[in-house]
Amino acid sequence: MSNEADSQNQDLDKLPLDEWHRVRGGRMVPFAGYEMPVQYEGIIAEHNWTREHAGLFDVSHMGQLLIHGRGTDAALEKLLPGDLQALADMKPKYSLLLEENGGIVDDLMATRRGDDFYVVVNGATKHGDIDYMHQRLPATVIVDHMKEQALLALQGPRAAEVLETVVPGVSELSFMQAAPFRTLGHQLWISRSGYTGEDGFEISVPAVGAAEIADAIVAHDAARPIGLGARDSLRLEAGLPLYGHDIDRETTPVMAGLNFAINKRRRAEGGFAGALRILAELENGPPQKRVGFDVEGRQPVREGALVLDSEGNEIGRITSGGFSPSLQRPIAMGYVASHLAEPGTQIKLEQRGKLFDARVAVLPFVPHRYHRKGAA
Amino acid sequence: MTLYFTKEHEWIRVDGETATVGISNHAQEALGDIVFAEVPQAGRRVSKGDDAAVVESVKAASDVYAPVSGEVVEGNPAVADDPAIINRDPEGEGWFFKLKLEDPGELEGLMDEGAYRDWVKTL
Repeated sequence: MSNEADSQNQDLDKLPLDEWHRVRGGRMVPFAGYEMPVQYEGIIAEHNWTREHAGLFDVSHMGQLLIHGRGTDAALEKLLPGDLQALADMKPKYSLLLEENGGIVDDLMATRRGDDFYVVVNGATKHGDIDYMHQRLPATVIVDHMKEQALLALQGPRAAEVLETVVPGVSELSFMQAAPFRTLGHQLWISRSGYTGEDGFEISVPAVGAAEIADAIVAHDAARPIGLGARDSLRLEAGLPLYGHDIDRETTPVMAGLNFAINKRRRAEGGFAGALRILAELENGPPQKRVGFDVEGRQPVREGALVLDSEGNEIGRITSGGFSPSLQRPIAMGYVASHLAEPGTQIKLEQRGKLFDARVAVLPFVPHRYHRKGAA
Repeated sequence: MTLYFTKEHEWIRVDGETATVGISNHAQEALGDIVFAEVPQAGRRVSKGDDAAVVESVKAASDVYAPVSGEVVEGNPAVADDPAIINRDPEGEGWFFKLKLEDPGELEGLMDEGAYRDWVKTL
């Protein structure tokens, strides 16, 4: 049998919960410069557990930044297409760090805390993001990397019930709302958000308190630790792009179908990195679009596979793909030429010399179940 | 009947001229949840070291090599229908294919069960 990539343990950082994961049987693999748990009992079981109950993810590899100083909101608007000046306090907003050519440097969540912004960026890109911001932001704006903070995510239909037992009052938050809490002597910053398509929370906790909080959460029968493997299959079913795969410096927000992150006022005014190209693509349409694919048969089609039109011409690439535990069939995400991006369009995929029939699908593959205010 | 193993984590159970091939328990553990398997058709001739079958877990795809040369006499339809059998019973019901051995000499140099289990512990 061909060998899996050998794990390279050189120069990898350890998470604050490293020991916690190992004790619980976490299989550690290199990811984003850290040793991280890819699975505990098994990816499919963990995936299904999260869809049915509550899964605890350690996402402490992600970069937590506090950006502050005079004029932070207006300065960030040079790099992000959101309306940060009008952003309400404690309301996390999905946004994109852009480069001049319209490519995506990273995707992130930004939350106003008074005049400051708490920003969560991807783990593999955090150091580059900080450098980029240092270069591009005025000296009055300070980017602090909150290295002493761990980040946990509790996701699933029972997440609120579970977290309420550890952090009373937390279930009052609605989707995309955040607040500070204090529990077990630790100061927490919690937002109702996540990356699985389920209801859930992201919990910023001082690294020294992370194990205690994680223990308190998994003490509940409905909560179990979940690895990176299930995080990936959950977010793929939810149609959420993964930076470095589905979006990167070669893709624009419009190609990626992330138009919702480009605020109305900003569309009218421009003034953000890449605005020239991005506004033109909004007007005229992008050359390629990110779409989902339903793949015929049972074999997963993965990142790197080619997307072909009926004449065998390459019209795009698969950027994420795998087996959907919830749907029990292969699903994928990738880019196609815009004129072939209509849901239902029949295309072919080519992987390792083998052709697969596939159809452009509507994203998400599995409906989101966020806890929106006013919803039942 | 003799059981051999390769360094690529295949097992070969030899019964007369017939060799049954699968992946070891260690291999299925390393792969994790198996969601797809493709086995060769009867009649196909494979040489030692050829890609003979495919096994895919949630995370990754791997090729299963022919550990010895011969003609495939049977692919296991059960693992293609329900790939999770390979996780449940990798060295029994989860076999991939059976070969008619061409050159029993190719078995020399493969590990016996004791040597394989000891070697795996060192990985």
